[in-house]
Amino acid sequence: MKDEFRQSILDALSNPNLTGALGNFSVAYRAGRAKAYEGVDFEALRTEIASIKSSASSHFDELAAQFKRAAEARGTKVFCTSDPKAVRDYILRLAQERGVKSIVKSKSMATEEIHLNKHLEKAGIDVQETDLGEWIIQLAGQTPSHMVMPAIHMTKEEVATVFSNKVEDGQKPDIPKLVKFARGKLRPMFLNADMGISGANIAVAETGSIVIMTNEGNARLVTTLPRIHVALVGYEKLIEHFKDIAPIVTALPKSATAQLLTSYLSVISGPTPNTDGTPKELHIILMDNRRNEMSHDPRFKEALQCIRCASCLNVCPVFRLVGGHVFGKVYTGGIGTILTAWFDALKASDEIQSLCIQCGNCRDVCPGKIDIPELILELRRRLAVEQGQPLIQKAIFSVVNNRRLFHTMMRAAYIGQAPFAKDGFIRHLPMFLSDMTANRSLPTIAAEPFRDRIKKIKQPKCAEKAAFFGGCLVDFAYPEMGESVVKVLNKAGIEVIFPEGQTCCGAPARYSGAYEVAAQNGADNIDALLAEDVKYVVSACPTCTVALKQDFIANLEAVGRTAELPAARKLAEKVVDFSTLAEQLVQQGRLKFKPGIETSKFTYHDSCHFKRTLRADQTPRKLMKQAGYELVEMDECDMCCGMGGSYTLKLPEISAPILERKLSNVEKAGAPLLLIDCPGCVMQIRGGLDKRGSKIKVEHTAQRLAESLE
Amino acid sequence: MSTVLESSALIESFKTRAEAVSAKVEHVATKQEALDLIVRLLQQEGVEDKPHCGAVWAACPMLGAADKDKLAASVPGLTFDVTRDLAADAKVGISQMEWALANTGTLVQCADAVDTRLVSTLPLLHIAVISTRAMLPDLPAVLTRVDPLKSAYLSFITGPSRTADIERVLTIGVHGPERLIIVLVDDLEVAA
Repeated sequence: MKDEFRQSILDALSNPNLTGALGNFSVAYRAGRAKAYEGVDFEALRTEIASIKSSASSHFDELAAQFKRAAEARGTKVFCTSDPKAVRDYILRLAQERGVKSIVKSKSMATEEIHLNKHLEKAGIDVQETDLGEWIIQLAGQTPSHMVMPAIHMTKEEVATVFSNKVEDGQKPDIPKLVKFARGKLRPMFLNADMGISGANIAVAETGSIVIMTNEGNARLVTTLPRIHVALVGYEKLIEHFKDIAPIVTALPKSATAQLLTSYLSVISGPTPNTDGTPKELHIILMDNRRNEMSHDPRFKEALQCIRCASCLNVCPVFRLVGGHVFGKVYTGGIGTILTAWFDALKASDEIQSLCIQCGNCRDVCPGKIDIPELILELRRRLAVEQGQPLIQKAIFSVVNNRRLFHTMMRAAYIGQAPFAKDGFIRHLPMFLSDMTANRSLPTIAAEPFRDRIKKIKQPKCAEKAAFFGGCLVDFAYPEMGESVVKVLNKAGIEVIFPEGQTCCGAPARYSGAYEVAAQNGADNIDALLAEDVKYVVSACPTCTVALKQDFIANLEAVGRTAELPAARKLAEKVVDFSTLAEQLVQQGRLKFKPGIETSKFTYHDSCHFKRTLRADQTPRKLMKQAGYELVEMDECDMCCGMGGSYTLKLPEISAPILERKLSNVEKAGAPLLLIDCPGCVMQIRGGLDKRGSKIKVEHTAQRLAESLE
Repeated sequence: MSTVLESSALIESFKTRAEAVSAKVEHVATKQEALDLIVRLLQQEGVEDKPHCGAVWAACPMLGAADKDKLAASVPGLTFDVTRDLAADAKVGISQMEWALANTGTLVQCADAVDTRLVSTLPLLHIAVISTRAMLPDLPAVLTRVDPLKSAYLSFITGPSRTADIERVLTIGVHGPERLIIVLVDDLEVAA
């Protein structure tokens, strides 16, 4: 990671205005969005949008041609081009030929993408942004930090200073007054401008219509007052049918700003008369700029389903800490990372893709149904192929991929840690590892890994068998979690075996883009876990469960090892996470709760993979309530804890404040017990609470459940 | 009977939604009552024949049979000949809308004629008249009724102009009107 990038993260993190504004917004947005979607079947709506947009991106060229025919039949001039330079030249030439001296613009990310303003200004034309946020950053000489709210990173004090320095002295940090000031200053510019430039939210091929949504009303003025209107529209805005405007317009304001509808929506299907009676000159530029190429990429075609609502930014635990500028100058956040890789260059996404912690929040809220985290992994994979793995990572994976060496090193680590360990925690580590313990204590490596401990457990002989997949944390740090799993399953008459050949689940390699390594991990595990005939393969780690159930297949497919897919699928069918299996066993009457046990209140932390991939989040809550425990939900119970596997090592600066927020929410809930289904989250949160000196007990659901059953 | 009930439910929903986005909603029975109400509103707002105090009323079906001279006489400063300069200087703009959407509190207008846009964008107060018979449930319903080949500029208006671009604080009234008064009229013919 370059120092410059790390510095930009540190700068953002140390800007209290930024983190405060974004943090508050993310809380308000969450509630507002839920309210806006009340009574709406979001899954059905986004499935419809995804289908409309996906079908459009399969036929960009045809739709662009159809749009051109329909619009030109009404007198609109349409220019289709793949080249950003041709767009800039077209607009500049038009402006010069028509004697345009001043231009007013409503918000358009496409014009940001091609740096249009600079080009026009260089030719001596006055260009005014009129969206309040865009105007502020234009005056401040900055770039948008958010697709929908470009100036969200600035305080009213900063805005007042910008207005005072750049427009008129003496502006006070009073928001209504600042807004009125902007209205007063921009009004004559609207009235005097010779040309209006807008973007569009949708372009309808069959009617040649563009749809523009704004709240401020500036797009209505931009498209009404100047005698020439130019709209710049990216190909991804094309849809075929007029009626398909409805689902997009229904979702966009709800997802963007938690509004049912923006104040203004204009559907322009041809030139209308100007205020002096002359016909308006209407130009629509359809810009490809790699969208067609993207539509032919089997993985990234999906990203063209984006409707530019920026909800992926609003729910991102990383974005709300660092804001947009860390991501770059145009498109920011999750989808911005993907768009930057395409519209700029794959290399340009090299650093920003590492910001993604893979929590999956954005996938759940995307109205275009885009699997953004998965696409970011694909970027990682392609970057790793193009540039190779960083040396240190390579060394780590060569160890992980060598089962014996890995296990030997873990045992060696147990011996090596002795001087630093205390009460089951490592509180201080020397030198290069010190970042790891700055904000949370790490668990000590267990004296005896679970693979050895299980041999000493006296299990009943049962007809039904389950293979236990430990994963590194249960095996080497938390063998007691594994013991609880065995205890519970034994009670239900299931014998647990621990196939010795199992190795790392491959998640660390996969999440770093090292798919070859991940695929080999998967293949080794498939052999080990299918060696004996068992009914279930159970894991107490959601990341491992997802690896066994889904990623093994995906990794083998990605590297073309198709011969091994049937075995991978066979394994996937047997794989189940601990809580889901326990709940099934309770339902079958094979597990019974102990009456009269001492219970307490508990709060529950949703682990990312457990909730958003396995969708098992309600299961442990239900189990523990049945056991007699009282659930107290914490705020943001399903927000990431900042662990993210190796994220905590790569970006400890970001991981730490995410954890701090989680810890505060845990403490605020006021329950003496926190249950979690993921050993990684247990490590992160238990360590964090230990550092704070908290008395709250943190356990895996399996541990508490084992004590609650007859 | 059921259609009456349905339509009153739509009107109720429209009112709730429009008021939730800071519009003010008045409901009258007849066109005459609507005209009287508007005259009263203009007088209350201090419309007069002075700079920055005028009102502009865009041509619309409800004005067809009305006595414009009488209206103009009762409110000096009110004009029906909308120009860019008059609209830019006016305090109040008045126009009639084609449809209303109950589930979002939205007004819809075929706004090809530029004066309809001038009066609803430039003045600080916009008074929008709409027949309750033109009430539709939602956006898909209106999209099947409008023909983009016939109207080149369709305007959807939901509440007054707003922004939250500074510190996410909602502020009403940016480039468009800072107030929107919607006059619902039962007995008003619907445009074809």
